[in-house]
Amino acid sequence: MTVNDLVSVPDLRGHFGKFGGRFVPEALMAALDELDEAFRKASVDPNFLKQLRDLQTNYTGRPSPITEAKRFSEHAGGATILLKREDLNHTGSHKINNVLGQGLLTQRMGKKRVIAETGAGQHGVATATVAALLGLECVVYMGEEDTKRQALNVARMKLLGATVVPVTNGSRTLKDAINEAMRDWVANVETTHYMLGTVAGPAPFPEMVRDFHRIIGDESREQMLSRYGRLPDVVAACVGGGSNAIGIFTAFIPDANVRLLGLEAGGDGVETGRHASTIVGGAVGVLHGARSYIMQDDDGQTIESHSISAGLDYPSVGPEHAYLADIGRAEYRSVTDVEAMGAFKLLCETEGIIPAIETAHALAGAIEIGKELGEGAIILINLSGRGDKDVETAAKYFGIDL
Amino acid sequence: MSLLHDAFARAKSENRAALIAYLPAGYPSEDGAVECITAMVEGGVDVVEIGFPYSDPVMDGPTIQDAVNISLVGGTKSATVINTVKRVADLGVPALVMSYWNPIERYGVDAFAADFHAAGGIGVITPDLTPEEAEDWICATDSNDVDRVFLVALSSSDERIAKVAGATTGFIYAGAVMGVTGARASVSDAIEGLVAKVRRHSELPVAVGLGVSTPEQAHEIAQYADGVIVGSAFVTAIKKDGAAGAKALAQALSQGLAR
Repeated sequence: MTVNDLVSVPDLRGHFGKFGGRFVPEALMAALDELDEAFRKASVDPNFLKQLRDLQTNYTGRPSPITEAKRFSEHAGGATILLKREDLNHTGSHKINNVLGQGLLTQRMGKKRVIAETGAGQHGVATATVAALLGLECVVYMGEEDTKRQALNVARMKLLGATVVPVTNGSRTLKDAINEAMRDWVANVETTHYMLGTVAGPAPFPEMVRDFHRIIGDESREQMLSRYGRLPDVVAACVGGGSNAIGIFTAFIPDANVRLLGLEAGGDGVETGRHASTIVGGAVGVLHGARSYIMQDDDGQTIESHSISAGLDYPSVGPEHAYLADIGRAEYRSVTDVEAMGAFKLLCETEGIIPAIETAHALAGAIEIGKELGEGAIILINLSGRGDKDVETAAKYFGIDL
Repeated sequence: MSLLHDAFARAKSENRAALIAYLPAGYPSEDGAVECITAMVEGGVDVVEIGFPYSDPVMDGPTIQDAVNISLVGGTKSATVINTVKRVADLGVPALVMSYWNPIERYGVDAFAADFHAAGGIGVITPDLTPEEAEDWICATDSNDVDRVFLVALSSSDERIAKVAGATTGFIYAGAVMGVTGARASVSDAIEGLVAKVRRHSELPVAVGLGVSTPEQAHEIAQYADGVIVGSAFVTAIKKDGAAGAKALAQALSQGLAR
C-alpha cells in the first residue's frame, strides 16, 4: 500500500482496516443506506458543492487564518508554533464545518427534524445554529453532568430555538447523550436526521464527517506552502471522537514527512484509570456502531471516561484514528488535565487567545513535541475552538472569584 | 431438530403461537432471575431469552435499561450469563441469549459460542449485529451448533430481508415497531405485512417482538406469526410482584396465543 492509498479508505462497507463498519439495529440500516446515497450524490453535485462553499465563505467566515504564536513558542523549545484558527469560525469551533454539510444533506433528503448529541456543547450549538439557518426542528441530547459544566452553551442552544434534553442515564456525559440520540433516531428515523458530531458512529458517518472537515487541512496545506514555502514538521490536534484532528490530518496523510500527532485526554493520568485516552489506554471493541479502540472492562462493559474537558470525555474514538494508529501513520499521546490547563493559561497569557479546554490538550502536546524537536521545527496546531464556554470551569480551576 | 424447533412445532400443533419471554440475567439477582424464569415457564412460556446486560443498551427503553442497570450494579459478569443459561437449559426449555455485540466480541467470538453451547444454550439473538458484520460469528455458531437470530425491521427492504433470512438459522425476529423496547398501547399495523414479506424469503419460524405487552396484542400477532416475544412487561411484572407476577403475566399472555 502506498501512502496515497490511505486517503481513499474506507472500503465500501465503511471499514478502515479492521475498524469502523456498521454495528447498528436493523431498523437503522435503511436510513444509513439513504444517507450514504445522499452523501455520495451530493459529493459530486456542483450545486451542492457551490451551496456549501458559499456558506463556508459567507456564513462561517472561511478560510480561517493561521496565526504564528511567537510568545507561546518560547515555551515550546523554540520550535515555531502555528495555530489554525478554527476558533474564529462562526459559533466558535470547527464543528460548524460538519453541520453545514449535514444540514444541506438533511434538506436534500427531505427531512424536517434534526437531532444531535453534544458533550462540550460546541456541536450542539453548531447544530442549533444550522437548524435555525435552514428552518429545521432541532433536539439536542446532552449529559446532565455536561449541561452543568457547559451551562453557557445550553443557553446558546435554547436562544437558537433548539430543545435541549438533559440525559440522566449512566455517566450523564457524551456517551449517554449518544445512546439517547440513537434511541430517538430509531423511533423517528423517517422524519429525522441524526447529525452525529464526530468521525465516529456507523458508516457513512466517519467518512462523511471527515470529508466535511477536511477543508481545515486543505486550507492549512495551501497556507503553509504560500506563506512558509514548506509543510510543517508536525500537525497536532486534540482527539476525543477525533473530528477536528481528522479534519486537519487528512490533507497531510500523503505527506510522509509530516508527523501527525493526536492528543487524547489523560484526565488524572492513564495509569490511574481515570482518563479518556482510548488509543493510548483502551482496547479494540465495538461502541456506538463502529469497531474502534474503546474503554471497556473484561466483560465488554464500557468504562466511564474522565476528563476536565467535556468534549473529549468519550470512551471511544473515530475508527479512522484507530486505523491510523495501527498502521503507524499517526501517533497518539495522552495529556493530563493538569498539563492541559497549564497550556490553556499559557496561551491566554502569551497570545491573548482563550482556547477551548479541549484544544488546550493539543497545545500541551505541542509544547512537549516542540521541546523534543527544538528550534527550526514547525508545529501546526488545530486551534479547534475558543474557550468562552470554559470560562467558569477555568476560573474555578485557577481560583478566580466570579 | 433442536429444542427451539420443537417448541415452535409443538405450538403449531396446538394451533397457537409460541410465547417467547425475555429477562436480563442477574435481574432482580442471579438466583432471582432463574426463579422468575422458572415461574414464567410454569406459566406457559415456551422459549426463554436471557438478556446479556450491557452498559450501553441503545435499543432498550427505560424499563429494560433500569433492569440491566440493577443487574450490572449487582455484579453480573459474562460468567453469570453463561451460568444462567445452564440453569435455564436444565429446566428443559430452549435457552437463548440476547446480547449486544461488544460483550460477545470481548468474550471471544469462538469462546462464547463454545461455552454457550456447552452450557446447553440453543441460540443467540444479536440486535446490533447485521449479517454484513457477522462473518466470524457465522463461522463460530456453525461450528458450535448454535442458532443465530438476526432481526428484520419495518424499514427493511426486500433485499435486506432476503439477506437477513439467509443468515438466520433459529427463527427470524421481526420488530413490531420502529423504536426501542418497552410496552406500547398498540403495535404497528404494518407488522403483519412485514411477517408476510419475511415468509416469501424463509421457511423459518417468524416471531414478533418490540412493544408487545398484553394478551390482546399477543392474540392479534398470533394470527399471523409463529411466536410472540415479550420483554419489558415481564420486567415490570417482576418489579411489582416478583416471580408470582411473572407467572401470572405468562399465564395471561398464554391465553392470547390461540389462533
